[in-house]
Amino acid sequence: MTVTEDRPTDTGAPKEIGRDRRRKEDQRLITGRTRWTDNIQLPGMLHLAMVRSPYAHARITRIDTTVAKQTPNVVAVLTGEDVKDEQGSLPNAWPITEDQKAPPHPAVAVDRVAFAGEIVAVVVARTAAEARDAAELVDVDYEELPAAVDLKQAAADAVLAHPDLGTNKSAFWQYDSATAGTGGAVDEAIEEARTNGVLIEREYRQQRLIPAFMEPRSVVSDPTGEQLTVWTATQVPHFVRFFIAVVLGVPESKVRVIAPDVGGGFGGKLQFTPEEAITVVASRRLGKPCKYTETRSESLMAAHHGRDQWQQLTLAATKDGTVTGLKVDLIADMGAYLGLVTSGIPILGAFMFNSIYKFAAYQFNCTNVFTNKTWTDAYRGAGRPEATFAIERLMDELAAELGVDPLEIREKNWIKHEEFPFSTVAGMEYDSGNYEAATAKAKELFGYDELRAEQRRRRDAGDPVQLGIGVSTFTEMCGLAPSRVLGNLRYAAGGWEHASVRMLATGKVEVVTGTSPHGQGHETAWSQIVADRLGVPFEDVEVLHGDTQIAHKGLDTYGSRSLTVGGEALVLAADKVIENAKPIAAHLLEASIEDIEFNDGKLSVRGTDRGMALGELALAAFAAHDLPDGVEPTLDAEATFDPVNFSFPHGTHLCAVEIDTETGGVTMRKYACVDDVGTIINPLIVEGQVHGGLLQGIAQALWEEAVHDDAGTLVSASFVDYLVPTAADTISFDVDHTTSPSTTNTLGTKGVGEAGTIASTPAVVNAVVDALRPFGVNDVRMPCTPERIWKAIHAHDGAQSGGAPTEGAAAPHFDEADTADRSAGTEGAEQ
Amino acid sequence: MTRITLTVDGAKYIDDVEPRMLLVHFLRERLGKTGTVVGCDTSNCGACTVHLDGRSVKSCNVLAVQADGHEVTTIEGLATNGELHPMQAAFHECHALQCGYCTPGMIMQAIDLLQDNPSPSEEEIRSGLEGNLCRCTGYHNIVRAVQTAAGQPAGGAAATLEESAS
Repeated sequence: MTVTEDRPTDTGAPKEIGRDRRRKEDQRLITGRTRWTDNIQLPGMLHLAMVRSPYAHARITRIDTTVAKQTPNVVAVLTGEDVKDEQGSLPNAWPITEDQKAPPHPAVAVDRVAFAGEIVAVVVARTAAEARDAAELVDVDYEELPAAVDLKQAAADAVLAHPDLGTNKSAFWQYDSATAGTGGAVDEAIEEARTNGVLIEREYRQQRLIPAFMEPRSVVSDPTGEQLTVWTATQVPHFVRFFIAVVLGVPESKVRVIAPDVGGGFGGKLQFTPEEAITVVASRRLGKPCKYTETRSESLMAAHHGRDQWQQLTLAATKDGTVTGLKVDLIADMGAYLGLVTSGIPILGAFMFNSIYKFAAYQFNCTNVFTNKTWTDAYRGAGRPEATFAIERLMDELAAELGVDPLEIREKNWIKHEEFPFSTVAGMEYDSGNYEAATAKAKELFGYDELRAEQRRRRDAGDPVQLGIGVSTFTEMCGLAPSRVLGNLRYAAGGWEHASVRMLATGKVEVVTGTSPHGQGHETAWSQIVADRLGVPFEDVEVLHGDTQIAHKGLDTYGSRSLTVGGEALVLAADKVIENAKPIAAHLLEASIEDIEFNDGKLSVRGTDRGMALGELALAAFAAHDLPDGVEPTLDAEATFDPVNFSFPHGTHLCAVEIDTETGGVTMRKYACVDDVGTIINPLIVEGQVHGGLLQGIAQALWEEAVHDDAGTLVSASFVDYLVPTAADTISFDVDHTTSPSTTNTLGTKGVGEAGTIASTPAVVNAVVDALRPFGVNDVRMPCTPERIWKAIHAHDGAQSGGAPTEGAAAPHFDEADTADRSAGTEGAEQ
Repeated sequence: MTRITLTVDGAKYIDDVEPRMLLVHFLRERLGKTGTVVGCDTSNCGACTVHLDGRSVKSCNVLAVQADGHEVTTIEGLATNGELHPMQAAFHECHALQCGYCTPGMIMQAIDLLQDNPSPSEEEIRSGLEGNLCRCTGYHNIVRAVQTAAGQPAGGAAATLEESAS
């Protein structure tokens, strides 16, 4: 049993794309031969521990570091005051409006803290344990200030998260189809529906989530070379390098950032963090390598969170169920600061609320609001799950209102496959798709009609365990992003990607990619693409990434961009290699360059059996003894690709849940999905991405929530309280695909990293609500806990507490204030 | 400092440790056995799972001194003479890992699970892995891998794969 596999003997191209290759990455990972950042030990290395604020909002009145500094093996203690001239302000790369308000964002707080968990001092010691011990000895006096915790109250400026700003509103952003010329006026559509049609008005809550990657963040900064070398558990080494230069004033050319093995990210490692900044500052100040690795509680408390919106939604339709208008009003919780793309996350949803449906009028309004909580930022899906949840819940409500099947109402309104390319009311051009095909296949895979029949039987029989069926026919935008579009949205960077392909003298191929995988399997998939493109064996391709000194250009991995953008850069670079080889081949084969053709790894003279393998030409270029005049002795090539459009994966997800109406407990019965992610490079990897994505979306629906108490303390700050699902909580999934290739890149790929997460949340909640409709329930707030479900069932029958109130020792182990947020959310229930 | 003697992945070690040192820190920091990782500090995630005298333990929940006189096997000691342990091979074959951070602990726990129950049902596999968190795979292919290592047909995944590959 070894990891390498035999190469197939057939010679028909393409051989690799579409093949379920086992991953190249696995051998190291399954044997423990790994290089996580925290594994790195360097001579003289010092360790950092953070002193963090226990208060959500407070003035720092005094920090006494005397005792900590006198402790043996403690080398330094740094406060915000010590580093305030060096640490700069952490970046926000997406000022969504010209007048966006944002407070300065120091890595170490100087005189005020704005969320519980913010760093107020840093201890540097010989070992991590000694640093942590000494952190306990740093004496900080705080003057507690009123904290803005509740999002709606914060939006009303009841308490100011940053008094100096004078308001909690960071920015207001609008998209209006009438103004943009992409559709009608939404208020007219709503008024029309109010008098002559159907109006669905709802308020939904997108709870706050925590990315909860398995590898806690870690950073090592080594100042002992000519260049500063920084290893960090990040998705974005190129961004980190840029910001070390811009924020900390180290010349970019003196900074090397390495993302070694990175244990998951899900958007949570798309950041330039306070911990990275202060570790670099400490190492430069002390002239020694420094390491900081967070604890899980620190990670849950201080690494950025995701989602957190209130959504006010109005959907207008005609009496026959044709949708005519959609108005979206969001309040989005930024938390205490604007991180790298915090402010833009809800805006990414602006283009997705209309989804696959042909709305004639659309308006999106978003108010970004500060609170005294950990800042929010990218989390798998980033803006699009929020949008997809809202529209897919609304479509179910419309179906219920009209008494038709939820798939029927969707089909009535979605873009037909012959209507692509389709310009949407939100100003996007969807290049390809086939919602009919995906839905038909999903229904079959799921056994939709049989399950509906069972549901009817169980309803009629008054079964205490009710069956609910949830639908989600989602789309999303992937492949971030066309640089021009990003520029129009006021995002500071571009969206291109870079790749280079180097032909080594021995015929092996080195591929350098600017993407930065952390579990996605790029080494395998990229090898498959290049193997096909150049006609070389899969095993001969080595993919290099995640080190700014090796992959000198790149915009890293997030937003399901790596394949659609980075993969296309790879194709372009590989094609240039062939072009570079042609004049050399023509010269050596004594033929005209026009007669050289490339097939299956070989450059041949058309119509003859004379040819040379690419590897032979690489050797000839390396030796350079006999090259045509003016031709450089190399086949190597690089390319930078900037997409002209996004890609739009879609799919139909169907979920069946069983709800014990006596306890409110939910059991998943079946989950089937058919995704159209365009051309599939490796079906094994794609399925894995879907499986994992599904469970993260399901977890939002049923289990996960970052819960704060009234004082703004995160009470779900360990895996005991933040409910990342286990194997025992879930089931096996039925996953399949349809394919309508994207027309915006050569390979026809669309992106798959976020699809499962975006699609599954509304499918599950729709299933829960579907099971409860006979009880007059039309909403359950996420996460749909047994308590919330039970309360929704009994909202109108007087059995508010199921008998005598629970008292004393049997009462919950939290204060009432802590549980209020979890048990609320059933007010949408109606008889 | 307390002197401990223990066997790790077949080699005998003697060292002086602080009584409070956790086994996982001893393995990582003293022996360089960095294949075993820390995920949560609260014994919830199982990333640090190793075998102590052949049974799985969360090494963040064991003091190094408690391992004195005992035998520890980590993920690094599983393969013999370059041959992967069947569970490692099954994880590779079934694409039961993505980022790989939970994988060492997951594999060590899965081996212990089959030791107790050589032919578990899917439900038994799922409850047997309940103490190990994975954020990437949705557990779907991890369950397949354990079934494969147990010599069971790997259910839906293999069928779907064949289909997709065709």
